[in-house]
Amino acid sequence: MSEIFGVPIAALFGQLVLGLVNGCFYAMLSLGLAIIFGMLNIINFAHGALYMMGAVFTWFLLSTWNISWWWALLLAPLAVGIFGVLVERVLLKRLYKVDPLYGLLLTFGLALVIEGLFRYQYGVSGLPYGIPEVFQGALNLGFMFLPKYRAIVVGVTLVVCFGTWLVIERTQLGAYLRAGTENPPLVQAFGINVPAMITLTYAIGVALAGLAGVLAAPTLQISPLMGSNLIIVVFAVVVIGGMGSILGSILTGLGLGLIEGLTKVFYSQASNTVVFVIMALVLLVRPAGLFGRER
Amino acid sequence: MKSKLMIALAGVLVLLAATGALAQAKSGKISGGVVKIGVLDDMSGLYSDIGGKGEVVAAEMAIAEVGGKVLGAPIQVVSADHQNKPDVGASKAREWFDGDVDIIVGTVNSGVAIAVSKVANEKHRLFIDSGAGSTRLTNEDCNPYTIHYEYDTYATGTTTAKAVVAHGGKTWFFLTADYAFGKSLQSDTTNFVQAAGGKVLGSVLHPLNASDFSSFLLQAQASGAQVIGLANAGGDTINSVKAASEFGITKKQTLAALLIFITDVHSLGLNAAQGLYAAEGFYWDQNDDTRKWSKAFAAKMGGKMPTMVQAGVYSSTLQYLKAIQAAGTDDPDAVMKKLKEMTLNDATVKGGKIRADGRMVHEFYLYQVKSPGESKGEWDLYKLVSTIPGDQAFQPLSLSRCPMIKK
Repeated sequence: MSEIFGVPIAALFGQLVLGLVNGCFYAMLSLGLAIIFGMLNIINFAHGALYMMGAVFTWFLLSTWNISWWWALLLAPLAVGIFGVLVERVLLKRLYKVDPLYGLLLTFGLALVIEGLFRYQYGVSGLPYGIPEVFQGALNLGFMFLPKYRAIVVGVTLVVCFGTWLVIERTQLGAYLRAGTENPPLVQAFGINVPAMITLTYAIGVALAGLAGVLAAPTLQISPLMGSNLIIVVFAVVVIGGMGSILGSILTGLGLGLIEGLTKVFYSQASNTVVFVIMALVLLVRPAGLFGRER
Repeated sequence: MKSKLMIALAGVLVLLAATGALAQAKSGKISGGVVKIGVLDDMSGLYSDIGGKGEVVAAEMAIAEVGGKVLGAPIQVVSADHQNKPDVGASKAREWFDGDVDIIVGTVNSGVAIAVSKVANEKHRLFIDSGAGSTRLTNEDCNPYTIHYEYDTYATGTTTAKAVVAHGGKTWFFLTADYAFGKSLQSDTTNFVQAAGGKVLGSVLHPLNASDFSSFLLQAQASGAQVIGLANAGGDTINSVKAASEFGITKKQTLAALLIFITDVHSLGLNAAQGLYAAEGFYWDQNDDTRKWSKAFAAKMGGKMPTMVQAGVYSSTLQYLKAIQAAGTDDPDAVMKKLKEMTLNDATVKGGKIRADGRMVHEFYLYQVKSPGESKGEWDLYKLVSTIPGDQAFQPLSLSRCPMIKK
């Protein structure tokens, strides 16, 4: 069998597929972040904590009311979205007129508080959650066995991400959202409820994080620390893709997942840092990110 | 009038000085008049369920058992979070030892433990580690002020490996956490596997706290090894086991979790963890003494049963206090000498002995995780497979690489 740099091609493809799966999580999370930053100019550090809340809520639904993963797909993002609405109405709304740094501080503090509360309640070892029975088992792709669940993750992510992009870039609601956040007074003069649009934007962004949490629950340990492990990488992804660009964050998320997958094969010790090395290189060459526009 | 006042003042001063001297003479045996125990551990991160706040509770239970005082002096506990960073741990240890902390206990995370043990050696204060795994603490990095208490990577790695090899697992592939502990666990287990006639087909290093193990496990699967050795701990082990069952790896290959704690099994759930071997130095359901102590611990910890690390902190604190009592002083050298002479007996350990290299040797146990049908309670997770005497479980002195041991 032919090899590339000492690694059999079959194994390489397997790693690329896995990289794609991870890339889907990055894409979903960075999409939410890009929406919130691109439209509201808020650096939402609480994103990782909200992703964790989505996962914990999924566990909660199953363990307390025996509500299956299918319903959790709908209910968890809704719950996280409602929480996002509360946060935006009560806390963030007051910070739009001041330096964006305050928004960053607030969301960072919020993340610490949320994670601390969950850690106090549940400890760090995590909560058990199994893969939904219909997805147990794997598909034989020839060069590897891909667990059915991971294939579903890819499917759901691609549908949701491109669906969100479509709504924001190609529909009237999306146009209102974009206009309302770009030039609030003018759009308000047209009679459109701009504060509601802003709240909705934030809610959509965090609901995406919650959805990522639901998708992660069966495969990753649901622990209060799961968000903080992932969020730094997601920020790097958003920076590389371009802070305001929605399509950029999706494509970059997927691409970086692939690159990380390759790194794990050839030099696994660097798999944690390769995203940041790329971020440094991209910022040197294109400070606005690969798909971003200079603001 | 004035001279009478002066005489009276002088008299009072002399009296005070005399009393002071007497008081000094009485508590002069305890430096600073207080025995201060420092619990240094990961209080909020990856390993905080294994040790964490439970260690403070365990130390307090030990103090309560001796009545809160030793040689007339009160006992205090202070605690700090080392955040899994060796520099943070070392500077906290330095700050404590420069002050009046007499001993540091706990410390999961081998990187931090090795750093702290160096500080302890420099400052001539005691460090009894119940949490870290790396055998370096009693080999390359051994020193006269460090005791490695509850377990180490040799004991857990080889005990588990023995059971797996006996069941036919001859070829191995390691999934290793990329720092001192993981590498130590991998090398101790490799030595044993090769000595038993097995072969190591390969290994892959993963960053500490990696959340996704799918690609590493895929490499393990591709290697075709009969056994996949998990040289990691805590959340890393949990994620590895979860991913392994998801990818159907456990159907053809055996997973060997070379270090696993009861809190990991509890969070994995019996469905995912059943059949795994767990080599531990302590389990709450071993005998009546352990059950009694563990239930008292659980009452203070919201129902969570103690891990072997937390039991180790209780035991090491208790034995330290007993050693002070026996030695008549808290001078580190005298107490260390006493500790190495004593036979250690308490609710969690029987017949323990501390060797010249600082290794505490005691019985070790091989458990297997029960299946969901076999378990009768939330924490009824293990069934005993075998008991290994201390001198067989731990690395023999003849193989020691400790410079203090003369051969």
